[in-house]
Amino acid sequence: MIPFAYNHTGGCDRACCLKIQDLTVRIGSDTILDHVNLHMHCGQIVALIGPNGAGKSTLLKCILGQREYEGSITFHPAGGGTGKLRIGYVPQSPTFDRGDPVSVLDLFACCIGRRPAFLKPKKAMREKVLACLANVHGESLIDKRVGALSGGELQRVLLALALEPMPNILILDEPLSGVDVEGMELLMDMLDEIRKRFDLSILMTTHDFSMLEKYVDQVVLIREKVLAKGAPLEVLNSDAFYQAFHMGGGAAQ
Amino acid sequence: MSLWYAICSLIPTDFLSLDFMKNALLAVLIMTPLFGILSTMIVTGRMSFFSDALGHSGFTGIAVGVLCGAAFPIYWAVGLAVLFALLFSYVRSRTSQSADTLIGVFSSTAVALGIFIATLGGGSFTKFNKYLIGDILSVTPREIGLLAAVLLAVAVLWVFASNRLVLTAVHPALASSRGISTARYETLFTVCIAVVVTLAMSWVGLMVINSLLVLPAAAARNIARNLREYHRYSILGALVCGLLGLITSYYIGSSAGAAIALYLALFFTITFALRKTRA
Repeated sequence: MIPFAYNHTGGCDRACCLKIQDLTVRIGSDTILDHVNLHMHCGQIVALIGPNGAGKSTLLKCILGQREYEGSITFHPAGGGTGKLRIGYVPQSPTFDRGDPVSVLDLFACCIGRRPAFLKPKKAMREKVLACLANVHGESLIDKRVGALSGGELQRVLLALALEPMPNILILDEPLSGVDVEGMELLMDMLDEIRKRFDLSILMTTHDFSMLEKYVDQVVLIREKVLAKGAPLEVLNSDAFYQAFHMGGGAAQ
Repeated sequence: MSLWYAICSLIPTDFLSLDFMKNALLAVLIMTPLFGILSTMIVTGRMSFFSDALGHSGFTGIAVGVLCGAAFPIYWAVGLAVLFALLFSYVRSRTSQSADTLIGVFSSTAVALGIFIATLGGGSFTKFNKYLIGDILSVTPREIGLLAAVLLAVAVLWVFASNRLVLTAVHPALASSRGISTARYETLFTVCIAVVVTLAMSWVGLMVINSLLVLPAAAARNIARNLREYHRYSILGALVCGLLGLITSYYIGSSAGAAIALYLALFFTITFALRKTRA
């Protein structure tokens, strides 16, 4: 069914992996995703690309457990067996109201603390948040309001939040949109560092193809089904890529 | 209550010489912090029009209650407002129409139904005026007890759920990715507003009640840099404006609800002028 050889994904020789098999999503009589297969290892960065409405967000929602699907999504931790998958999710930004009186510290306290965030935060919480922010070199952002952060700063804060508690897989929805070129380099360098340090897999959707070759291990092109997957250059030079993005194909209105 | 009267009589002012003023003062002291707390979440969750619509549905409930000859039509109002809130949440989760459109649909239906029932058989509308304008001086010790219970319930809710409520309000996608059932928390909060709005309606007045739910937090947002300051300014602002409004209405003889709302508007104006200072 899939005319592209994939050299990355034969057997599972690495320690841990996420396997998506025959994933199908239907809304009424429309098929949003059709028998999608995807296989990623720890320490890999996988980019999900495809035209608008191709089902990228739907696929992410399935992995996050926010959407019903047919097929299976399984996670195998290091050492064999099946384990509970812990996901860190960085939603598409920016969606905070610019006027929200919520500081970065408040946001963390709301997510990871039991003590109500409208009370004075304990010293221990502040130190914990500083430690989280250190993962993304963002300690100085702790007292800023989330609405006052730049696009890149907000991405880093959300990234730090997604890493607490430490997940097995990190999912980022369009992390590069609304971020300038320098910010992109910074963010991708950071992701690269994180996956090496914590040995986790990173799955991201993107519309920016300039970063793929330098940072990404596997590119998956989807439109309803997987059209191509493999190394960045392989996918970017494929006929399927050309058809999906240049000819418009069935997606053109 | 006798304890409260004893405390009041220690303050030598003619303002507190009458029992109904003592009642009103206590009601304001309980009600304004309650509005201050709820206000923060209403404004963050962009629900200011929703709370307005709930007041309208409460009015329909009163009309139904009066029609049925109920001794306390206010309970009908609470019941109908809760039903309205649940129905609204249900419809919103099943349509792609925007929230403000739906609020318009619900609000106008509620008002039309209320007026229709109130004027059924050529009935006079004037007996409903007290719900439109409100009269804080009519509050009874029994009702004050009810208000105190609601304040306690909201305070408990805030201690246990405010983190998740805040997260749901500021970023629903982030909240649900962290395992929070956003729909459940939204519904819980709307029911909470429904109860408070309809209970307070007959003392504050339907026409100005929304100012109490929106202005404290709106003013606090101008200057607050974090959640702590936001809550503090909102609650203190509501409390101070409530007291000033009650005192002013006593000496001038105007509606207390309106006076409180005007003080809150002044509070907003002042914080608006100071807003540059925040980081």
